Amino acid sequence: MPTRCPVCGAEMVDLLWLVPALSLLGFLTLAMAGGWFSRKTIALIGVGSVGLSMVVAGLVGFAFIGSSDSPGQPHDQILWTWLQISGFGPTIGFYLDPLSLVMMLVITLVGFLIHLYSAEFMIDDEGYRRFFAYMNLFVVAMLTLVLGDNLLLLYLGWEGVGLCSYLLIGFWYRDPANGAAAQKAFIVTRLGDVALAIGLFLLFTHLGTFNIQDLMARAAEQWPVGSSLATIAAFLLLGGAVGKSAQLPLQTWLPDAMAGPTPVSALIHAATMVTAGMYLIARTHVLYSLAPTAQTAVAVIGAVTLLLAACSALVQRDIKRVLAYSTISQIGYMFLALGVGAWAAALFHFTTHAFFKALLFLAAGAVIQSLHEEHDIYRMGGLRRALPVTFWTFLIGAASLAGFPLVTAGFYSKDWILWEAWASPLGSPWLWGAGVTGAFLTALYSFRLVFNVFFGEAKTEVGSRPGLMMEGPLIVLAAGSLVVGFLEVPRALGDVSLFSEFVRSVLPSFETTASITTELALQIATMLAALLGIAAAYILFLRRPGLVTAVTGTVWGSALSRFWIEGWGLDRLYDTWFVRPFLWVAQTNKDDLIDRVYTGLAWLIRQFFAALHRTQTGQVRWYAAVLAAGSVVIVALVVLS
Amino acid sequence: MILVWLIVLLLAAGPVAWLLDRRGSQWPRWIALGALAIDLVLALILWTEREAHVSISNQGMWLADLSAPWIPRFGITFHLALDGLSLLLVLLTIFLGVTAVVASWTEIRERAGFFYFNLLWVLAGVLGVFLAMDLFLFFVFWEMMLVPMYFLISVWGHEHRVYAAVKFFLFTQAGSLLMLIAILGLMFIHAQQTGVVTFDYQQLLGTTMDQTVALWLMLGFFAAFAVKLPAVPFHAWLPDAHTEAPTGGSVILAGLLLKTGAYGLIRFAVPLFPDAAQAFAPVAMALGVIGILYGAVLAFAQTDLKRLVAYSSVSHLGFVLLGIFSWNAIALEGAVMQMIAHGITTGALFILVGALQERLGTRDVRRMGGLWATVPRFGAVTLVFAIASLGLPGSGNFIGEFLVLLGSYRVNVFVTVLAALGLVAAVIYSLALIQRTFHGSANESWTAPDLSTRHLVTLGAMIAVQVWLGLYPQPVLDAAGQALQNLHGFGEVVAVVSKG
Repeated sequence: MPTRCPVCGAEMVDLLWLVPALSLLGFLTLAMAGGWFSRKTIALIGVGSVGLSMVVAGLVGFAFIGSSDSPGQPHDQILWTWLQISGFGPTIGFYLDPLSLVMMLVITLVGFLIHLYSAEFMIDDEGYRRFFAYMNLFVVAMLTLVLGDNLLLLYLGWEGVGLCSYLLIGFWYRDPANGAAAQKAFIVTRLGDVALAIGLFLLFTHLGTFNIQDLMARAAEQWPVGSSLATIAAFLLLGGAVGKSAQLPLQTWLPDAMAGPTPVSALIHAATMVTAGMYLIARTHVLYSLAPTAQTAVAVIGAVTLLLAACSALVQRDIKRVLAYSTISQIGYMFLALGVGAWAAALFHFTTHAFFKALLFLAAGAVIQSLHEEHDIYRMGGLRRALPVTFWTFLIGAASLAGFPLVTAGFYSKDWILWEAWASPLGSPWLWGAGVTGAFLTALYSFRLVFNVFFGEAKTEVGSRPGLMMEGPLIVLAAGSLVVGFLEVPRALGDVSLFSEFVRSVLPSFETTASITTELALQIATMLAALLGIAAAYILFLRRPGLVTAVTGTVWGSALSRFWIEGWGLDRLYDTWFVRPFLWVAQTNKDDLIDRVYTGLAWLIRQFFAALHRTQTGQVRWYAAVLAAGSVVIVALVVLS
Repeated sequence: MILVWLIVLLLAAGPVAWLLDRRGSQWPRWIALGALAIDLVLALILWTEREAHVSISNQGMWLADLSAPWIPRFGITFHLALDGLSLLLVLLTIFLGVTAVVASWTEIRERAGFFYFNLLWVLAGVLGVFLAMDLFLFFVFWEMMLVPMYFLISVWGHEHRVYAAVKFFLFTQAGSLLMLIAILGLMFIHAQQTGVVTFDYQQLLGTTMDQTVALWLMLGFFAAFAVKLPAVPFHAWLPDAHTEAPTGGSVILAGLLLKTGAYGLIRFAVPLFPDAAQAFAPVAMALGVIGILYGAVLAFAQTDLKRLVAYSSVSHLGFVLLGIFSWNAIALEGAVMQMIAHGITTGALFILVGALQERLGTRDVRRMGGLWATVPRFGAVTLVFAIASLGLPGSGNFIGEFLVLLGSYRVNVFVTVLAALGLVAAVIYSLALIQRTFHGSANESWTAPDLSTRHLVTLGAMIAVQVWLGLYPQPVLDAAGQALQNLHGFGEVVAVVSKG
């Protein structure tokens, strides 16, 4: 028997549409009538709507897993046909399968916690209502992205989250720098989106549908492995993915996006939106299986991005920028996983990352607010006594990010990825090596934060302290950052495969041939990388800070560190090659050269008219003279020719 | 008969509004609003009849058809007819007409009677253009739009109004002249072949002629329509006219007059000369893409808010041109959708900019910035339309642009890719619009009242229509699709549409 809703009697799974609809209702109420509400009511609507979405999502999830006759059966709920022209008929329909279920649960749960935190964090802001309206709208768009049963609806969500990201990065609109960061984010991701759009045109033109399941089935049927159309399509979708997920070469917008309020960074620029690229590739993984070149590109992009971003994270002074680069780096891990065909591992890392990175951002926000908007980690310090809850939760988050062995969720998800990067048929020791190096760097920069912010001497006085509404979400997320990992434990360490079993129907895994001893050896290497990183951080940033300044004091050291701080000079490169030329062209042609041609023509005609006008003097002698001269010319022409 | 009433009502209300001006300045605007309201009801009746018509029978090209002899000697008839395409544009005309009246409510204080006279007559001309199925009659309506528009710009416009009005007149008139020659040429060729002297659209369809002649005649039509559309490089009149016109005038110019150009291409230029149009299609598509990119770059560079919106129109209409000359079901539906969505979005933006100018006394963005704090509702509503203008999914503009590109992809991949870059350019200028006015730091400290209820209601209705077009465009697509199915043209259009 399918589970039924106790209130309305409908089948539980059929309440799926309510998940985005409830948040949408929150947005509409706030946008249209919010002006009359008190702050308390606004918070209630803003947080409550996402909370209700979460509850319904949870119920739907239980029904989906628990329904006895068809457990885990995909469920497509079509609300209405969006547009229908000659075989082109995308729907407004939501598709529930293990992949979208995991995404939906993480989005609503983490989203709700961040909304709750924001209710206190943003309380003194003049744009309280605007903030919650945008945040609710974001949740709607993100849910649409992951639930849409066709690529056009996915694209709607895709653009919608981009819009909300823009609105929230530029939330404090008075500072033009925030506006610039917001526009940069929108424009750079739109570049990727155009690639994605062209990919959609290609897929529809050649396969005749937008429905993702049909599309994948037809692609597998009609395109052989390695066919050029499949490869081009996969690369175009990848273009969209690298834009949204801030991977090379379009990652430059994410560090600047930290201009937005910290809960925004936590929700949009860490936990959910930036992983949309991972979702897109996982969702269309059949296509990537048909395009090995594109899939290799995904792996290489992931590996390179994770290393470059980790280096940049190592040298930033702004706590949020460290976390931003760390996000880029961690999504690099997800791309690495996708690139070697470890679809489930990518999704698992998304899940653990959503917990620990949201946690780190929220804790960082609490620190920043307590220190009167101080972002510089070198002006923090010694906070572990002043802000105990923040310290412990941040420590758990950092440990999870660093992949502290055995007890943290981050360890299990990262270890899974590294194992597959080695053992998968598409894997290679190089990819594994990049991942392990990245793991060391990750531990290093994570604990650089911990030691600089919470240990050592206090450098700035603590003002306010976070209240319950902020600390509650921190604690829940910290718990998640520890226990979620136990859903999937490798063979050598306990062999739990709840997660991979659950998603296997959507995200297949491959049979491994590598022995369990190899696996264990690799696991020990991963653990060592994390522990060494933490130890190195302890030495470099707590015991002997002189070592670091000695290195950065040299010519090469300072040049390298500047280069990394600036994100490998890509911003400057794009500025020189794209931004300035565009501005130059726009400025040069401000008055429209084509219009000048017309006004020039008009000017010529006026001159001609004026010249003719001058011949009309009214003097008979002048007319006679011209007449005579003209006759002479004509006669001369006749005679001489 | 309802078709005649649509036009006659406006033509009659014009002089009444003018005459009653001396009774008090509120009379003309109420009369204009009343006449348009009745028209709206009539058009909605037609809309409901259309649905009935569809369900009863799918035969016959026209939903309503009316023909009366006019100048029989030259085979000129007073032939009005309506299909789904015309119906959509009629509805758009009346809807935007209402918004234009509301937008002018307090802006026009001098000679209000004559203003509303001109407004109503332009609208009557536009309706005539969308309904006339006799080429001579079409030309009469085409010219009828022009003169009142000239007055709207030159009398109630801004600083350089006379320059702008003359430029508008000259450009359009040059195009019209070429079209007139082409109309006469077509009539003569048809008369030579069949001995029947006629200007009737349906009879002239399918006239066979020499390839070169067909191309020249097609170009005659194209010239008139490309100027109105406008296609780069014939767009130079547009920024001046749109910028200098009063708000109501800008709404009608951008929302409607540009659409007469697109409509002309769909209804006349391609169906009358399908082969020539097909031969010419690559050039036209290239012009469309150039318009998309060129207009977008220019829009970004402007410091005059109205000019920015005006150039964005050039960019948006480039999609329409691209869609029309791709000439398949998807692209054409996209072009029609883009026409309607652009009318509403850009109309709304002109209303907003006009209202802002009314409050601040300037359109110069360098003096604005940070206005959100002063007028938050203004900011929010402008934001909504700026987002629609950049083609965000959920708006009608997205449906239009996406369908155009989806359709043109199967015709020419390279052109489509270039045109898709226009989506990035649209983000750049649309966000610049918001950033320079409502966001950022305040360059001057303004105090201004926020949007009035009158404006909020109008703009709210426009937002509702946009969202409806974005999320459930099917009724519009059906109405247009049925009409497009019956069009003569080149390529697969008929076949592809009829499957749908």
